[in-house]
Amino acid sequence: MNRWPHALRASAFVIFTAATALLSGSAFAQEKSIVVASTTSTQDSGLFGYLLPIVKQKTGIEVKVLAQGTGQALDTARRGDADVVFVHAKSAEEKFLAEGFGVKRYPVMYNDFILIGPKDDPAGIKGKDILTALQTIKAKAAPFISRGDRSGTNIAELALWKEAGIDIANDKGPWYKEIGQGMGAALNMASASNAYVLSDRGTWLAFGNRGDLAIAVQGDKRLFNQYGVMLVNPAKYASVKKDLGQQFIDFLISPEGQKIIAGYKIGGQQLFYPNANDPNA
Amino acid sequence: MNDFAEALYIAASLIGHGDAELREIVSLSLGVSLTASVCAFVIGAPLGTALAVYRFRGRGALIISANALLGLPPVVVGLAVYLLLSRSGPLGSFGILFTPSAMVIAQAILGVPIVVALAHRMMGDVWAAYGDALLVDGASRLRAIGSVMLIGREGLLTAFLAAFGRAIAEVGAIIIVGGNIQGYTRTMTTAIALETSKGELSFALALGIVLIVLSMTVSALSLFFGRALTGR
Repeated sequence: MNRWPHALRASAFVIFTAATALLSGSAFAQEKSIVVASTTSTQDSGLFGYLLPIVKQKTGIEVKVLAQGTGQALDTARRGDADVVFVHAKSAEEKFLAEGFGVKRYPVMYNDFILIGPKDDPAGIKGKDILTALQTIKAKAAPFISRGDRSGTNIAELALWKEAGIDIANDKGPWYKEIGQGMGAALNMASASNAYVLSDRGTWLAFGNRGDLAIAVQGDKRLFNQYGVMLVNPAKYASVKKDLGQQFIDFLISPEGQKIIAGYKIGGQQLFYPNANDPNA
Repeated sequence: MNDFAEALYIAASLIGHGDAELREIVSLSLGVSLTASVCAFVIGAPLGTALAVYRFRGRGALIISANALLGLPPVVVGLAVYLLLSRSGPLGSFGILFTPSAMVIAQAILGVPIVVALAHRMMGDVWAAYGDALLVDGASRLRAIGSVMLIGREGLLTAFLAAFGRAIAEVGAIIIVGGNIQGYTRTMTTAIALETSKGELSFALALGIVLIVLSMTVSALSLFFGRALTGR
């Protein structure tokens, strides 16, 4: 029974190897890369898949994207776990800045939200303005899917209900479903249950499972959807890669970066409109 | 049924063409889950065997805990590991959140109770059959652990495979601690979740088929080598 020292040595070796592998993870992080906490729309629309290889080629920066939804992305950054946030909810972004977690907010681009619904439009809202449409959905108790996840789209949706004079938190019925998931999941669910849903245009254009869904309301200026980018405050977290992060931001808002964003198209349709030069955006 | 036929077709062509991104995702999935299950095994197998060999106060409680933790929800483990590894957390200075290392840690935690519970059960049988002989032979209980594990190695292989199965199929923990970053922490399961959310249901299902094939291959290989190892 002299076998166990051998087994022990073998396990010690395995533990050592595993530990080395684990620690080398931190060495990996030293390469020229940054973590960007962003929204599901920038990823699901395919923008990052198109943009980031170009960023890598032009600046040498490898961008690691966490596609999380605006609320969660800002929280990730508040904990110091991202270098840059790239989101779309100006009010939430300004709060983030006011709390001192961000350095400066740069507008990058915009597109718009659209109200999606079944092709046969059971609530009869096609072509109406967004506030009338929401009031009609509520009056007819037509099925409506809400992201319910504090994402930029969710924040925009809640603001629209409020503007339509509806206190959705108290007035919702079984027709209003908060699913707590990303844009794609919400569209999948709307497609499966023939419900109305507010989406950003980018995700909708790239979405592959439309079923009987179609755009019901669009073009209302209240449906404006602005994206902004911020460096996480290095004064809060020394781990923030401020030079690389700022370099990434500078590229996005440079004339070259803006032109590249404008060049992203699906089926000939432009998804995002650069507006880094608009100081009010 | 069209979705399934299309998924099968896509899966076959993905495997057939050896798509580069798929290869990257598959090797990360295998790398992370194998490392995690090896860690879980190295920690859990001696512990489970010790639970079979030693008699001490609190042993029953430990056995119950290990069995209860079989149902540990991955999303809770993911969240706990996330909070520990976050820059604002106690282990934040390592900077390994959103890296494959963080995923290995989360999956290893999920695997340990499985290995402990199964090893305890199977090494208990071995101990019942050989324990007296081993002690008569003059081995201490500590030394006996190694002998018991050696005799029961076939059962331990099953414990390892169970831990690996849990790890490779799991999405809740790694999507939180890994972040599903393309080309860095995207695995088979997180890619399936992503493709589903993009509405690419057939492609997502095709990835699922590839994952099942992969998982079966690992199990078959382990059982094959296990047989060679035990000579049965």
